[in-house]
Amino acid sequence: MRRDSPFDEALIEIISRGLPLVSRPYAAIAEQLDCSEREVMEGINRIMMRGDMKRFGIVVRHRKLGYRANGMVVWDIPDARVNETGHCIGQYSFVTLCYQRPRILPQWPYNLFSMIHGRDRSAVIKQVEFIVEQCGLHDIDHEILFSNRCFKQRGASYPRRCELEPRGMALNE
Amino acid sequence: MRQYSKLEQRLLNEFQQGMPLTSTPYADIARQLGVYETTVLETLKRLQTEGVVSRVGAVFRPNRVGASTLAAMAVPAAELEDVAAIVNGFDEVNHNYEREHRFNLWFVVVASDEDRLQQVLAEIEQCSGYPVLDLPLLNEHFIDLGFELKWT
Repeated sequence: MRRDSPFDEALIEIISRGLPLVSRPYAAIAEQLDCSEREVMEGINRIMMRGDMKRFGIVVRHRKLGYRANGMVVWDIPDARVNETGHCIGQYSFVTLCYQRPRILPQWPYNLFSMIHGRDRSAVIKQVEFIVEQCGLHDIDHEILFSNRCFKQRGASYPRRCELEPRGMALNE
Repeated sequence: MRQYSKLEQRLLNEFQQGMPLTSTPYADIARQLGVYETTVLETLKRLQTEGVVSRVGAVFRPNRVGASTLAAMAVPAAELEDVAAIVNGFDEVNHNYEREHRFNLWFVVVASDEDRLQQVLAEIEQCSGYPVLDLPLLNEHFIDLGFELKWT
């Protein structure tokens, strides 16, 4: 587990919560952190280069734009094929996550998880059919788990490490 | 859902990544879109107020600090709300969803370290009386380029 410098931690927290919507947002952050605008931009660049930032830009709420159906598609992929299949599934823009996770037999046979958003369920089902066709998954067991009620969704904040205990950390949506 | 202007559509679609690291990033975006910087800022503020934009910022992969997992439980429908409330009671839990499956409760647990993570899962099992599937991330097969919105 990586330990970031206190400066980087503070910067990560701020850019996770969001840039201010002002003409010079990095200068505004610099004021907050009592450093120069240049140090903020270099810091963000440094954090980006380490590779654990997925993206940096406008974070859109799909549901508000009418993407109401969310299907977690789980696949039972032979271990020898899981990398290749993961790459194939993960390449499509309507797939927002594609993760390999362990099987837990006998209850849980699926080892690849992909998240698909669509305007409605039939759109999600069509996209799954498209993936099956494109990635050659006709013989692969899979299920679509549509989301129903949301019991808890923490915002996209990113507390400091010192807040992890006891407050916990939020993930991106 | 209201109609979105061409400018809003382009902002939402083309700038989910690659926020410029320059002194005036919104002016750079404005230049690319052929509008004034103030228009970009006002549009983003409006979209944020409407809830369409959550923020302009960084999205990190999970597991960056501490330990995390995706957990699942199979709970009888009549008890689902009660068990969900037990799960929600842990500060380490976020993203707790009902999904349509025998495993009908899915949530993400993020803890300061692996020991604490396992402790939370064990306590949830104890309090609820149902076993928890622990499905940690093994490998990510995905490049997050944002989500392509279709406007038709």
